[in-house]
Amino acid sequence: MQLWLIPALPLVGFLVNGLFGRRFSKSLINAIAIGSVALSFAWALRAVLGLDLTHPYTERYFTWIQSGALTINCDFTVDRLTAVMLMVVTGIGALIHIYSIGYMAHEGGYYRFFAFLNLFMFFMLTLVLAANFLVLFVGWEGVGLCSYLLIGFYFDKKFATNAGNKAFIVNRIGDFGFSLAMFYIFKNFGSLDFGAVFGQAAGKPESMLTVIGLLLMLGACGKSAQLPLYVWLPDAMAGPTPVSALIHAATMVTAGVYMTARSWSIYIHAPAAMDAIAIIGIATAFFAATIGLAQNDIKKVFAYSTVSQLGYMFVGVGCGAFSAGIYHLMTHAFFKALLFLGSGSVIHALSGEQDLRNMGGLRKKIRWTFLTMMCAAIAIAGIPPFAGFFSKDAILLAAHHRAPWLYWVGTITAGMTAFYVFRAIFLAFFGEYRGHEHPHESPRVMLVPLAILAVLSAGGGYLFKVPEYLGAVFPRMEIPEDPALMTISTLAGLAGIFLAWLMYVARPGMADSLAGAVNGLYTLVYNKYFVDEIYGAAVVDPVVNGSRAVLWQRVDAGIIDGAANGVGDRAQEIGGALRLLQSGNIRSYAAWVLFGSVVVIVAMAVAGGVR
Amino acid sequence: MNLLAVVLLMPLAAFLLLLAVPRSSPQASRIGALWLSLATFLASVGLLWWFDRGAAGDQFTLDIPWISTPDIHFHIAANGVSIWLTLLSTFLTPICVLVSWRHIQHSVKEFYAFLLLLEFGLVGVFLAQDLFLFYVFWEVSLVPMYFLIGIWGHERRIYAAVKFFLFTMAGSVLMLAAIIYLYNRAGTFSYPAIVDMLASGRLTFAPGEEMLLFLAFFVAFAIKVPLFPLHTWLPDAHVEAPTAGSIMLASVMLKMGTYGILRYCVPLFPASARACAPWIVVLAIIGIIYGALVAMVQPNMKKLVAYSSVSHLGFVVLGIFSFTQFGMDGAVYQMLAHGISTGALFAIVGLLYERRHSLEIKDYGGVATAAPWLSTAFLITTLASIGLPLLNNFVGEFLVLQGAAMANFKWAVWAAIGVILSACYMLWLYQRVFYGEAGPEVRSRVPDLNLREWAAVVPLIVMMVWMGVYSRSFLPPVGKTTALVLEQSQVNVPFRVSIPGNLASFDAETRRRGEEMEFTAETPRRGENRYGDGDVFAPCSTPGFARRGSRETCSARAQDFGERTFLCSLCAQTSGRANARTTSRTFLEGFSLRLGVSAVRSLVSSASPRLRVNASSREVIHAR
Repeated sequence: MQLWLIPALPLVGFLVNGLFGRRFSKSLINAIAIGSVALSFAWALRAVLGLDLTHPYTERYFTWIQSGALTINCDFTVDRLTAVMLMVVTGIGALIHIYSIGYMAHEGGYYRFFAFLNLFMFFMLTLVLAANFLVLFVGWEGVGLCSYLLIGFYFDKKFATNAGNKAFIVNRIGDFGFSLAMFYIFKNFGSLDFGAVFGQAAGKPESMLTVIGLLLMLGACGKSAQLPLYVWLPDAMAGPTPVSALIHAATMVTAGVYMTARSWSIYIHAPAAMDAIAIIGIATAFFAATIGLAQNDIKKVFAYSTVSQLGYMFVGVGCGAFSAGIYHLMTHAFFKALLFLGSGSVIHALSGEQDLRNMGGLRKKIRWTFLTMMCAAIAIAGIPPFAGFFSKDAILLAAHHRAPWLYWVGTITAGMTAFYVFRAIFLAFFGEYRGHEHPHESPRVMLVPLAILAVLSAGGGYLFKVPEYLGAVFPRMEIPEDPALMTISTLAGLAGIFLAWLMYVARPGMADSLAGAVNGLYTLVYNKYFVDEIYGAAVVDPVVNGSRAVLWQRVDAGIIDGAANGVGDRAQEIGGALRLLQSGNIRSYAAWVLFGSVVVIVAMAVAGGVR
Repeated sequence: MNLLAVVLLMPLAAFLLLLAVPRSSPQASRIGALWLSLATFLASVGLLWWFDRGAAGDQFTLDIPWISTPDIHFHIAANGVSIWLTLLSTFLTPICVLVSWRHIQHSVKEFYAFLLLLEFGLVGVFLAQDLFLFYVFWEVSLVPMYFLIGIWGHERRIYAAVKFFLFTMAGSVLMLAAIIYLYNRAGTFSYPAIVDMLASGRLTFAPGEEMLLFLAFFVAFAIKVPLFPLHTWLPDAHVEAPTAGSIMLASVMLKMGTYGILRYCVPLFPASARACAPWIVVLAIIGIIYGALVAMVQPNMKKLVAYSSVSHLGFVVLGIFSFTQFGMDGAVYQMLAHGISTGALFAIVGLLYERRHSLEIKDYGGVATAAPWLSTAFLITTLASIGLPLLNNFVGEFLVLQGAAMANFKWAVWAAIGVILSACYMLWLYQRVFYGEAGPEVRSRVPDLNLREWAAVVPLIVMMVWMGVYSRSFLPPVGKTTALVLEQSQVNVPFRVSIPGNLASFDAETRRRGEEMEFTAETPRRGENRYGDGDVFAPCSTPGFARRGSRETCSARAQDFGERTFLCSLCAQTSGRANARTTSRTFLEGFSLRLGVSAVRSLVSSASPRLRVNASSREVIHAR
């Protein structure tokens, strides 16, 4: 089947555009970048449709690392879980590539942008196709690299490169957990191949599996921006908007969820680790949603929304509803990509303006953008029959099955989600225009991807019945449908929308007076609970200043070098004293020889040597 | 003519040839040095061509008597580790010639002559089979480096050169004393002969004696590595050295230390090496974290890279002292990978220095705008250095950490913190130097790579990718040699024995003289496989085995050090002083443990259990 072609095509695109793109025309760059991804999509589609995926299909290529009893092969495998991911990644990826033609048309570094996007596709596809943990880790690190490069795309801007560094380093903390998990797995399973590891998992002690599960979870928390490692994702919005849509909403950040679902056979034997995932997920979902309530930058709103929605996916997989988690991963990819691309279209229309306070009344001026974004907003609010409803409902149902309080917190969060998304929609598209630009609708090359995603956001829940498709992959979970729970969560969404309408359309002054009434709380939320500042003061500053003042200047220069120089100085003093003997004066030498001879003779006499 | 000798002597010949070039034409020296070093590199590639990748032992052996009293031989050979280090030296020398092309403007002839002499010394260190010859090369490599730093260095070059010299000499003196002592005990300087004598029990050390010898060698090597806290000569030497000096120093010279540990400390003094391993590992881990933290706050690019070397070399030491196949393979791979990527870092920092005449990070910013390809090259090198998969350092770090995890999981946890920190200091460096707005100085004075610089940088980047993507080109010979080292390191080192059930009182305590059991495993020589699977073999009181402290060994080719079934019979004959001996044999063709004396405190049963030996975790496990 030549699965390797799926990631290799974008890699070729990256190499060609990266090496020679500077001399290419824009249309040639487009043809290479988009052509490679489109071909990759076609090949993936062919693989998904052409193979019998009820059992994993594996291809082996070459041995990557071999040492003693450790053999890491470069293998790719496809099963239904991979198939879903392949379709999401290549499909959404292709749409966002097309959209970028319009969005990036007037930006510098055009070839560089598309080269990096292609490189991202290569690594992301490697990640989902991997047949062992180490190859997955290749993709895992690689997508992190591309994220770093694209966040810092405007590399002359300090805030952008800062955000890139932050993303990479925070992810490294997660990778620390992931790599330790790999070492631990290999130590106890003797292999890193999915087949071998997952096959043996049932027979291993629970404590061991819990350790592995928690370490993997740390990795997933880094990549999927969960507490306490979520801090990089909001800053990652410094990158161009298509990047936010592709990498920081639809695909890369869901890698943690994918990896957790992939490792289900470890997790189901480690209930403590599952609980930890569910609790972290629900806490993140709630926490990020509260921050989203008070943000004024349109991309920041959706960034916190992404963190929150990823929390939902964690709740899903943490409650054992792996297929629900993946289902939400897919629908979220549709509507969140659309929200970001739509806000990109708004920003494009307003020549770079991102502050909601300077928008308003745009629904008449950029009609298509408005209509498509509405689809996404309804979908994320969980209103039937839009896509988000089905997947969120599946997760909440599983949460209720696991522990009712998870359901209730999730439902409150759903209400908040509806509120802040519609707050952004109302602030941007309703009322009067408050800015000074001349809004213009985006070109068709941007609108067509928006329209396709709008269709998917509206009908994706019906079109793709992921839980049924994945039924054979994951262990069965029988949860009875509960219309009451479904109704409550839908009502929560409607209430959020209504509240947003009331505060931002019907009575525009209400929001400000409410913010004034709970000023302390508002300041706390508006400033994102000062988490960045706390991390800075508690971790970054002590490490940097301690390294400088203590380790370098005191230990290295003071103690160690001081000791070495001290030895040198003593040697010099002794040498200096000895040097006085070597005056170069013949008479003093003669005197020394005489003196020495006398001493020797006396010594021999005393010892009784002279007779 | 032995090709290995050609590779070794070509730099010496080149050195002499270059001395004959008239001083008036520096260009002739440059071109001469380039072609001569390229020719050496080609010859060393030929070495690779004829190298038998499947063999573990020495190849291309050349043994010529040199001095009769004491008996010193010009004895050289290559194994699966030294061949790569030789290639690393010959590969980097032409690159050093290229990057020095414009940088070195005075005493050009002497500069290149010293560079080639340095290459001669380095290659000699890796190939020498005679301890005295090894010492000679060790010192030969020191002298040209001293002059490279002292003559062509920056402002504080004299201080740095003297510091470098004194630190290294302090170690060398100890090593020389140990070598002479070893000669007195063994009667030969020949490394293979000494290893054989150790293996066959003809040469044994008292524990304290072995420990002193080990430490004498180890301190010399640890200074060179450099292992924390003996590292402070390195940042000074790097900052003051010219670019080529920094490259050779970081990429090859530091590996003299780690190679020395792997080649001399571990196989010659295995019991002491194992006894010290926990302490050395602690120092290595401190080095990993400490080097990274100090690198993070350096205002000077070269100093930053120098401290990063302290961190990276900590991984190498950790890998060796994990005493696992993965760890040792990873350590060797990390040596090579660090050689390539740190060489490239210093090369590109040197190119920046040529343009902007500063090594201070604050004088840069925005280089990515002014010189995009140079920045791309540095970015790839940065990513290699922080261990991104598909680039070279990742393979080494992964194997080292896996090996450390096999030995003691806590080691891996601590060492992996260094992987986080490496991203911090390198990315922060990259941001401050290459990103941001380009100032007028950078804009006007930092052009992109020219053809000569491309020629220096591209081979390095190709190697980074190649080593990262297809480690199979490099690892198999390394694995053969490290397996041999691991096997040699089993001599005289106790296995931990844990046997359940009726043999419950096996214990792991060692060296409890007076109440110990000796437990010796022995393998048949090749083709001597007399015993079938399941046979029980129990010569309980071998006559030549009576003296306590004697060693019974075997020698055969090791094929693999995974888990093997180890059929043996334990036959206990508890004497009055609870001092009995047991001999057991493995029956696997080609599997050699060279287990010497393994002390087992008390043995109860005379049953014949089947034991499984896990050589990587050093455990003997009872298996039915």
